[in-house]
Amino acid sequence: MNLIFSLIVLAILILIPLIGVGVLGLSSLFAIFIPYLAFAIFFFGLIYRIIDWARSPQPYKITTTSGQQKSLSWIKHSRLESPASSWEVYLRMFFEVFLFRSLFRNLRADFDGKRLIYGSAKWLWLGAILFHFSFLVIMIRHLRFFVNEVPSFVQKISAVDSFFQLGVPPIYITDILILAGLGFLLLRRLVDAKVNYLSYASDYFPLLLIISIALTGILMRLYVKPDLYAIKQLTYGLATFNPALPKGNLSMLFYIHLFLVSSLAAYFPFSKLVHMVGVFFSPTRNMPNDNRMSRHINPWEYPVKYVTYAEWQEKFRDVLEEAGIPIDEEWTNVAQK
Amino acid sequence: MYNANKVIIGIIVFLIFFAMPFWLNFGKVEALPKPELPKEEKKCIEDTDYMKAYHMKFLDEWRKTKVREGKVYYINKEGKIYKMSLQRTCMKCHDNKEKFCDRCHKNLVVQPDCWKCHLAPEEVKKWQ
Repeated sequence: MNLIFSLIVLAILILIPLIGVGVLGLSSLFAIFIPYLAFAIFFFGLIYRIIDWARSPQPYKITTTSGQQKSLSWIKHSRLESPASSWEVYLRMFFEVFLFRSLFRNLRADFDGKRLIYGSAKWLWLGAILFHFSFLVIMIRHLRFFVNEVPSFVQKISAVDSFFQLGVPPIYITDILILAGLGFLLLRRLVDAKVNYLSYASDYFPLLLIISIALTGILMRLYVKPDLYAIKQLTYGLATFNPALPKGNLSMLFYIHLFLVSSLAAYFPFSKLVHMVGVFFSPTRNMPNDNRMSRHINPWEYPVKYVTYAEWQEKFRDVLEEAGIPIDEEWTNVAQK
Repeated sequence: MYNANKVIIGIIVFLIFFAMPFWLNFGKVEALPKPELPKEEKKCIEDTDYMKAYHMKFLDEWRKTKVREGKVYYINKEGKIYKMSLQRTCMKCHDNKEKFCDRCHKNLVVQPDCWKCHLAPEEVKKWQ
């Protein structure tokens, strides 16, 4: 059901530019206005999410500690699993952000007869790393459409990425890898009953959306060629805030690709995809485990107004004596001090 | 805002990365270089829109039919006959590689390997 719902949403998203450009002829709306709007939503939405998260207090130190805490000098402490200094936290965050270290520890629970067993499951990590790094390379490669004199690092990356020179134009390695990664991540949700049970439409939809973006892109590179010069005129115009519809023919496939990318950008700050900034705000990852060295002050804490027993007794001494309730002299001394 | 300096550095890094298309162009906005079309000839082998988008597929097809099947001539949609040759047919009209091929290719990071074997007209002139 969740999958069908996301497929329907995706189909609608593909139909919108088909009708909008193909039937109604709203080229400049789909080529200029919607991309700008979508990327404005992307930038402002993400900055809003960052500031919103940065404003939320972290009342407790809840760092994940799956290693030996730093204590006595002769006990070896685990720098990454239980970081004590901020330098070690940076190191842990680096491994988390760039190498997905927590996913590398992914376990799979299963029954061995009646016994529950856990086994290492690195496939999720592999699929995730293939997808994320391919996406990064693809994004860097796309700079060739936005910059006039393309920087040399983009040229080098493109050259390495088409290293095998398969076909004309040569196929990019990352294009294959991103489909492999995304395909695995989608299949995992469909095939594995346990993961399938906890997959919502909001899990399927981003996967399907990014798969469609990749497929339309690959299709345009290898089979249904658009006029690349016209596309660069448009995208360069967009990047230099000088947008104009080019004279050449922008293909329908390009409009679909552009609209799906715009949808992804606009959807980004409000979906699970925002883990891109969320990972930096994970309190279990970004806090040092130094509870014994420095006290974590709860930011909500304010000076509480309280009355000690001695003060209370002093205040009501007359009434207490009258009622025959014994006065605790020990407390009186404390209060007088 | 807690950890304000770290968060602001984070926002700056985010903007630097994702706004790359905008600031890489900063201060050097100019018109895209346009490929120079031949002056005498008005029509290419197939129509312009097709050639613009599919010329690489087209040339690849030529290469395959000529090298592997040994066919020498190509008949276009209008029935005109052309000899399948990059150097002798294409470059006869498009007689400047730098001003025609390279202008777009450089601009769009297309790295064709035609010229690893073929000679550009400029080079041919040098040796004649």
